[in-house]
Amino acid sequence: MREFAAIYLQQFRTTFASFVQYRASMLIWMIWHILEPLVYLVVWSAVASSGAGSVQGFAAQDFSAYFIVLMVVNHVTYTWVFYEYEYRIRHGGLSGALLRPIHPVHADVIDNVSSKLITLPMMLLAAGILAAFFHPVLHTTAVSLAFFLPALVLAFSLRFIVEWTLALAAFWTTRVSAVNQAYYVAALFLSGQMAPLALFPPAVREAAAVLPFRWMLSFPVELVLGRLSTAEAWEGLAAQAAWLGAALLLMRAVWRAGVRRYAAVGA
Amino acid sequence: MRHLRLLMVFVRTSALGELAYRANFFFQLLQSAVELATAVAAISVVFSYTDTLGGWRPDEVLALVGVFFLVGGAIRVVIEPSMEQLIESVHDGTFDFTLTKPEDAQVLASIQRADLWKLTDVCLGIAVLGIALARLGTRVGIAQVAGFCGALVAGGIIVYSFWLILATLAFWFVRVGNILVVFQSMYEAGRWPVNIYPRWLRFGLTFLVPVAFATSVPARALAGGLAPATLAGAWGLAIALLVLSRLFWRAGVRHYAGTSA
Repeated sequence: MREFAAIYLQQFRTTFASFVQYRASMLIWMIWHILEPLVYLVVWSAVASSGAGSVQGFAAQDFSAYFIVLMVVNHVTYTWVFYEYEYRIRHGGLSGALLRPIHPVHADVIDNVSSKLITLPMMLLAAGILAAFFHPVLHTTAVSLAFFLPALVLAFSLRFIVEWTLALAAFWTTRVSAVNQAYYVAALFLSGQMAPLALFPPAVREAAAVLPFRWMLSFPVELVLGRLSTAEAWEGLAAQAAWLGAALLLMRAVWRAGVRRYAAVGA
Repeated sequence: MRHLRLLMVFVRTSALGELAYRANFFFQLLQSAVELATAVAAISVVFSYTDTLGGWRPDEVLALVGVFFLVGGAIRVVIEPSMEQLIESVHDGTFDFTLTKPEDAQVLASIQRADLWKLTDVCLGIAVLGIALARLGTRVGIAQVAGFCGALVAGGIIVYSFWLILATLAFWFVRVGNILVVFQSMYEAGRWPVNIYPRWLRFGLTFLVPVAFATSVPARALAGGLAPATLAGAWGLAIALLVLSRLFWRAGVRHYAGTSA
């Protein structure tokens, strides 16, 4: 375990140092993560203020709060590995990672955390600026705030493992962009990115709760907004933990089957 | 005319290359269709809670989605691949070969690569526009269609000039591939009516990254809600940007040193 921690620390140092070199392009890429929730914030605020003043209990300022918090949580939990994995497999870059005496997932965890450490302060600044413009109203309670941190860590872990497993589809097909798009669309609606889940018909809400999507993004946001009771918060944490366990088992199985197929072309 | 013939030559050569991978066409069509279905689903969720969005009725927003796909597809077919190629060729020095050809280098650089399968976006955009038109019905007359075409061409020129200016920065900064992300992400905001955005963002989407002129303005013209002054303004901006991008281009080419070829 001590050895493992040392490996993590050393890998983290080198990755972080190399990422600092690319801070400008990282800032440019952040525009995606700011603009998408901002667009939906504006759309839903316009809907709320054009009608009766609120939509399913969301007034314009509640939408502001929802999407600003969502922006931060989405940034903390997002991953990009499933856009790169096909390249690694096709060009044989994975071969080097396989030679190391440690599972390749760890290097990706460190990549992810390093890059977030660089961009997160900027994201919090962006959230602050947007808050000044859109006057969000939070109903956060001490209890929901206490649940937030574990929920966020679990959401990050769950999303990371699910999306890392998704990336392994590249072992079987070169059409990963179609696979990634299907996942993106499902996540757009079911994880609360496009609208709070409360706004969808009951069937969609059920699907979002049964599938892992709500637990990867929407759940921590709902906690900060103070929309969940203590019982619901416990249930949520349990659902997150259960899905995380299932996703880890799935990842192991898919990884083993995939590596057996790997032919290391071009390496 | 000669430039048009040149474009057809480039299109034909990239078609010959692409036809070896015909299955890609079906996958591209599938992906475009999914993207369109996603956009329509998002609209229907929004309009299940309201009748108008910033004064736009559902069919008008549908027309906007059609324009969004049409223009976005046109960008992805020729502008985006060509500009990426331009940046790359400045980076590795092969831009020399473009300069030595007996034709205007800006024209060559702007049409040098075409990604034909992305035409699926253009076709689906036109289809959605047709559906929206049919639903808007008699409110759309000759004047509206003329205004729409005028606004669309102006929007196209504005978008092209803006991309060219961004890509031309490669002559000074070499590694600018990431800067294209600025337009791509801002363009996503264009799928909703520009007037719902707060003033500072509307200003940004109109003048800093001119997305509105390529999406909201033509769609508005179709529904008949476009003041002649706006159309004139769009054309004024189009001509100004075209001239500016030309100046940028010439300054850039003068600065180009062709180091590594």
